[in-house]
Amino acid sequence: MSAVAATAPRARGSLTLWLGLLLVGLHIAVALLTLVWLPYDPAALTGGRLTPPSWEHWAGTDRLGRDFFTQIMIGSRIALIVGISAVAIGGLIGVTLGVLAAFATRLLDDALAATLDILIAFPTLLIAMLVVAASDTASLGTAVLALGIALSAIVARLTRILAKRVLLMDYITAARTSGTSWLGIVFQHVLPNIWPTLSVNFALQFGLAVIAEASLSYLGLGAPPPNASWGRLLQEAQGTVYTAPIGAIAPGIALVSLVIGVNLLADGLRDIGDPTRRGSR
Amino acid sequence: MLFVLLRLLPGDPANALLGVGATEAQIAAARTQVGSDQPLLTQFVSFVGNLARFDLGTSFVSKASVLGEIGNRLSVTVPLTILGFLLAIVIALPLGIIAAVKADRWYGAAISIVSQLGIAIPVFWLGILIVTIFAINLRLFPSGGFPLKGWTSFGEAAIALALPVLTVALVIAASLLRYVRSATQDVIGSDYIRTARALGSGFTEALVRHGVRNGAVPVISILGIELATTFLGAVVVEKVFALPGLGSMLLLAIQQRDYPNVQGVLFISTLLVLLIGFAADLLQRFIDPRLRGRAGAP
Repeated sequence: MSAVAATAPRARGSLTLWLGLLLVGLHIAVALLTLVWLPYDPAALTGGRLTPPSWEHWAGTDRLGRDFFTQIMIGSRIALIVGISAVAIGGLIGVTLGVLAAFATRLLDDALAATLDILIAFPTLLIAMLVVAASDTASLGTAVLALGIALSAIVARLTRILAKRVLLMDYITAARTSGTSWLGIVFQHVLPNIWPTLSVNFALQFGLAVIAEASLSYLGLGAPPPNASWGRLLQEAQGTVYTAPIGAIAPGIALVSLVIGVNLLADGLRDIGDPTRRGSR
Repeated sequence: MLFVLLRLLPGDPANALLGVGATEAQIAAARTQVGSDQPLLTQFVSFVGNLARFDLGTSFVSKASVLGEIGNRLSVTVPLTILGFLLAIVIALPLGIIAAVKADRWYGAAISIVSQLGIAIPVFWLGILIVTIFAINLRLFPSGGFPLKGWTSFGEAAIALALPVLTVALVIAASLLRYVRSATQDVIGSDYIRTARALGSGFTEALVRHGVRNGAVPVISILGIELATTFLGAVVVEKVFALPGLGSMLLLAIQQRDYPNVQGVLFISTLLVLLIGFAADLLQRFIDPRLRGRAGAP
């Protein structure tokens, strides 16, 4: 019994990790493939309108007769670009703010913490909507920037809490006494220590960003038409769901498989990084 | 903060009022009308003054009272949120507890897997799928819309809300379930349950007598956040089902650069979010006496 209890969670942890790697790897492979090869020209009218799936068109064609599978493949690339850039922007702003808050005077820190709490109470999507509205034209760049800014509040709060915990450690006092500058402390001690937790959180943020971008596109606030975002594909397909239900299903499956892949990857990494979670029962 | 963010929106609202070919004189007249020719400080003072009196102004576009419009919209969004939320609790509580207690059985694991799937599904896609199944294939419910007369035609309104409520409920339930499960796991592993069992109570009895109160505290703080998120995130569900709610009002107002409407919706939403947070805090203190003494409990 005890032998089973000790090994079972570890085996499940690695399964989670591998499944996550597989799903994410698949999307990365497809995204890279779209750079050099596509089954059809995404803008070309290659068949009848709203045809059901066939050997020629794996996911059928859209209301103009364009190949749907090609657009979903491009959607992979867009989702990855959006996810990675949004997390990069959110991470850069969030970590900087969080570290500054952790080092700041009591008053400034309290003010920052209160602001972050209020920002976090608003859903990522709503903040992103406002940022998109604040910029004149909708483009992939604005959507990414909007999501990055929206995510940064979550990252900043987490960073602040983690960094404060590290700053209480004895080795920080030792570093301070020996004359290390505060920037030195940040880069030598704080960031390396909080990185494992942060990186898992970044993976979860990536999933959030992909879903939020799809929602923005669905609402018509995302990247404009030449970009085949999954959200926009779904929005267009909703109108023709009576005649071509596949269009309303396939992009969703692509989206969910990417988000689940990243979430599983994050879970798997957390299990490796944090031994206390291995025997959670 | 709200004010600054809104003034950052480029594009004069006066331009949004008029067509492309408007003359300089027309633009100047429109600016006077919406007040955007006033200095920023004057605009700010009148903004704060009006908020204090709960006067949210009139819409730039439709000239209707913003507060009245919000009231109409809330009559859709509030029932949608609350009903979806209650249904989610009914789904998530028992399933979450089962997933934790019976984690070694297949159905316990299955519940966990389904909830993992549930948090990866975007709301709007779930909505589209639900429409496809229940409205198009089974023809049980309308695929969207809301009766023009609102709640005066009660039956129609209730049927119109059925699928949106289901969508909202499933989304919240998936994430709620995870919190209930982990809270239950913490309770099961705790010392007081071991003590209670050592003193002779059965497992279920120990769980019910000691576990529920303790497990409820973290779950309630999550519930508060989820309720606020759902309320504000209703925009997507309202779009899927073409419901005239608060979210679609915001979306339209953003597209039309209708500042008074955007401002009004954000103001009311902020107020509600703070109110919900406060209520969750009170409820926690009521359940756990240990929290009462501490001012800013983490």
